[in-house]
Amino acid sequence: MDALGRSPVLPLAIFLVASIQLSAAQAPPAPPAAPPPTPRFVVVIDAAHGGNDPGGRLPAQAEKDCTLALSVRLRSLLNARAIPVVTTRESDLTIDQNRRAEIANHANAQACLSLHASQSGAGVHLFVSSLTPDPPTRFAPWKTAQAAWVTRSLALAGVLNSALLHAGMNVTLGRTALPAIDSMTCPAVAVEIGAEAAKGSDPGRPAAAGPEDPAYQASVAEALAAAMLEWRSEAHQP
Amino acid sequence: MIPRHQTILFIVLLASSALMAVVLWQLRERAHQRLLSGQDSSPAVAPAVAPAEPATLLVAHDDDGSLLTQLQSLPLPQDPGGRARAILGKLLDLYAAPGSAHPVPGGASSIAQVFLLPAQTSATTGNNAASLPAQSAPATSGRKAHGPPAPALPPDGPQLAVVNLTGAFVASHPSGLETESLTVLSICGTLHANLPRVTQVRFLVDGQTRANLAGHADLTRTYLATDAVPTEGAHP
Repeated sequence: MDALGRSPVLPLAIFLVASIQLSAAQAPPAPPAAPPPTPRFVVVIDAAHGGNDPGGRLPAQAEKDCTLALSVRLRSLLNARAIPVVTTRESDLTIDQNRRAEIANHANAQACLSLHASQSGAGVHLFVSSLTPDPPTRFAPWKTAQAAWVTRSLALAGVLNSALLHAGMNVTLGRTALPAIDSMTCPAVAVEIGAEAAKGSDPGRPAAAGPEDPAYQASVAEALAAAMLEWRSEAHQP
Repeated sequence: MIPRHQTILFIVLLASSALMAVVLWQLRERAHQRLLSGQDSSPAVAPAVAPAEPATLLVAHDDDGSLLTQLQSLPLPQDPGGRARAILGKLLDLYAAPGSAHPVPGGASSIAQVFLLPAQTSATTGNNAASLPAQSAPATSGRKAHGPPAPALPPDGPQLAVVNLTGAFVASHPSGLETESLTVLSICGTLHANLPRVTQVRFLVDGQTRANLAGHADLTRTYLATDAVPTEGAHP
């Protein structure tokens, strides 16, 4: 203490506080927070069946060959539109249902299309998982992982439906239980192409084509590619 | 030179062997006849003619992927399991008929049994593949229950229906997402429409679990009967 009774600690504390405030004022301003990176838009194409699993029997070929041909065609169209694609198979391979879901989940895809073909029914059938929508959880059960994505999958099915209808195709929507789809953690829709819808009884019109018809497959693939472009624009909207 | 006594002994043994073979054959035939007489399949009781009752069928249509309600009048037994089997048999008869909107061969004989069990409430969300209860109660008539006694069904609780399909039906079912899903959903919806306590449905094929129906529709999960909602009004 000095003669006036003041403590020497007080000037020291004032000095320290002033120093801190001065250094804070002289520090460069923090850079603005960078916007979160936009997730890469990836589409997974799952050609159903393959290898030892031929799937259904179509008039001219097995379902596994039809889905692979459609997968290759759709991949080319999406790549031409600068959309990255991950396919579950590129050849006649046996792939487990769980492996298909693993590929889609590791790709962190924004859409997964599981391609099927059938002789029954007409037009294109779109199926979304029949799981009850659940809020997302940190650890999702493997067999019902799709439950947190069902709402987005329904939205994706709506976009596909619009594109296929715009292309003049007959479309039916439904819900089903598919193990591969039920384990995916991304918007996922099973697309089953049946025979082309009948074009009327006019004998001058061409007969309805089966799902293995290349021209019919091309038109379906074009519509699906257009739907993916629309889905990408929706996904990138804030 | 073989001694004479050995020759005689050999002949005696050979004759004894032949005699024993004849006796054994006769015993076997008698046992077989006894077995057949115990399995007399001739009807001992005259079948009771059940009165015709209205039944609601959810009939699938492949053209638009819809399930349409159709009313039928059927003679139905009082036993719930037999009742369910008869209604599903009628549904599959419609599918097997010529000109069907959902052609599936097989008909009524494709339903081996229908079992009704107390439902597990944990499966009501539809997002779990509940395993079958360890104890099952065969509700169909004409078959005896084996194993431990089955749990009694609560008077008004929800029920799980286990539909046992035949392997021939599954082998001949057309392959495809839509057609298989429609078959499964129409069975679930028809059961719930006629037996409202049935809220869950599981499928077996020849008494065994099977991964899928014909390559697509999952048969390992428990289906909620409410999944099958008719898409349009009553169909004439």
